[in-house]
Amino acid sequence: MEVLISTAIGFLVACGIYLMLRARTMDVVIGLTLLSYGVNLFLFASGRLVSNAAALISPDAAAYADPLPQALVLTAIVIGFGMTAFLVVLAIRAFGDLGNDHVDGKAGK
Amino acid sequence: MGHWLIMPVLLPMAAAILMLLTAHMGRTVKRGISLLAMLGLVLVAVVLLNATLSGDYQVYAVGNWVAPFGIVLVLDRLSALMVLLTSVLALFSLLYACNGQDRDGRHFHVLFHMQLMGLNGAFLTGDLFNLFVFFEILLIASYGLLLHGGGPMRSRAGLHYVILNLAGSGLFLIAVGTLYGVLGTLNMADLAVKVAQANPEQLRLIHISALLLMVVFGLKAALLPLYFWLPNAYGVASAPVAALFAIMTKVGVYSIIRVFMLVFGIEAGALANLAQPWLLPLGLVTLALGAFGVLASRCLRKQVAYLVVVSVGTLIAGVGLLSVESMAASLYYLMHSTLITGGLFLLADIIVRQRGDVGSELRTGPTVTQPLLLSTMFFIGALAVVGLPPLSGFIGKLLLLQSAAQQPGVAWFWSVILIASFFALIALSRTGSTLFLKTDDTAITGVRMEKVSLFAVTALLLSSPLLAIYGDAVSGFTTATAEQLMQPMQYIEGVLGPQQAPTAAMTEGG
Repeated sequence: MEVLISTAIGFLVACGIYLMLRARTMDVVIGLTLLSYGVNLFLFASGRLVSNAAALISPDAAAYADPLPQALVLTAIVIGFGMTAFLVVLAIRAFGDLGNDHVDGKAGK
Repeated sequence: MGHWLIMPVLLPMAAAILMLLTAHMGRTVKRGISLLAMLGLVLVAVVLLNATLSGDYQVYAVGNWVAPFGIVLVLDRLSALMVLLTSVLALFSLLYACNGQDRDGRHFHVLFHMQLMGLNGAFLTGDLFNLFVFFEILLIASYGLLLHGGGPMRSRAGLHYVILNLAGSGLFLIAVGTLYGVLGTLNMADLAVKVAQANPEQLRLIHISALLLMVVFGLKAALLPLYFWLPNAYGVASAPVAALFAIMTKVGVYSIIRVFMLVFGIEAGALANLAQPWLLPLGLVTLALGAFGVLASRCLRKQVAYLVVVSVGTLIAGVGLLSVESMAASLYYLMHSTLITGGLFLLADIIVRQRGDVGSELRTGPTVTQPLLLSTMFFIGALAVVGLPPLSGFIGKLLLLQSAAQQPGVAWFWSVILIASFFALIALSRTGSTLFLKTDDTAITGVRMEKVSLFAVTALLLSSPLLAIYGDAVSGFTTATAEQLMQPMQYIEGVLGPQQAPTAAMTEGG
């Protein structure tokens, strides 16, 4: 499972960085989204990867998973979602204002 | 202290929500609520600062969860100082905005107070992940504020700013995740304990995440090579927003001080003083490039924005010297530079409005409507920001230079700071003469500055003589703050209680 998760994180981050460097607003938005997926997976994995373990205390649980990273990831997902929504709106606004979808736009006046 | 400690977070939040609910009731109601809440915040900040004078740490366990397990807010001298500084700066920015610029967007006051909530939370929190959350709160509010007023220039600068900060947030999370994965805690005091006791094989990962944190804070603070976004963003933001943003870079500086003095500070074992080899050179190069920027700017607003870069460079270099004296001097300089650059942003806006079509460009233009008043104010602001006697900039820089006298890097430190000040002096003299002396025959009349604007700008600029007159008391306080920062063990014991055997066994299992 460790290999799978770490490969997935690496792949997501690599794709994210590639797309961010494309310097077109929509590519950058998708790149940032992929990057935040990778980061969220990483954060989730920081509590160690265990399967079939309870996150809450129960009398008949054999093993426990660390619930804190799960809470952290939830927070990070919510924040990331809000930020992405804002960025999409801003990208559309910038397209309207600047006339093209390059992140630097035209010289603009 | 009771619940006073969480008031700087709750009060702006309550005000923001109230203003959303009363959105239909018109601007006067909103301004009333906004200003009242702002005054309340200043009052709270004064009460908090007063509580730290004894040197105690005030700890507020949010939700009454005990320290390493729950999130705590911690009040020490540094956080109280930052909260007070924020609220004073914000009060005058808000006053200035109430004069008309808050009309440019519907939710200016709401965003403004959300930003204050994020700023105060970031200064008060004692938990690394909570710091991330407050960073995001202040950032998302700042995205809205930066775009306040609209226009292509703001869209473009806003897009860059948002993308950069989102990438920065990703790095922050990676650093936080690594630290948690290795040490099993995110409470800063607990982190400090655990870092000091870390195994040799854990050190490398901790080191990586510490440096990642420095990248993130460096991005917020606009430290080289991460400052290129700042002149554009601050240069196009509307004046009250830019003035408030003067404290935003200081959030990065604050975080660097907090994390690298406490968690990776002098008592951090193998990783002690981890940031020091980086901070001094990076600060000096930032300072030098900022000074070139000030000299090269062809736009008044951008020039002031570069002055922010200069102040950040000076501060970081001072922090990097790592002695009580230099830290105290840096904190003094921090107060001075925040208030003065804030005032200069507002002043620049007034000047730009009175120059008609020429606006912010630094070239021959019409005479402003109130040349005598504006030039006097510009003169005072420039004197203060360059650091000429008798104003606070001079005292701040003098204290910094003195504190460096016994340090190894003194030659570099002195020469860069003095030459940069000289550059700023040349640049601002040229700006002043372009704005007020090299005018053509036309004159702009009728665009007079309102009394409220005058009051706001004067109050911010007056902070400089005040800081100089009460220099003894202020530097006494900053010295006490610096001494407190140099004793991370006190912070740890203030938060976690007296330290005996390591608490590692309890938190390891999570």
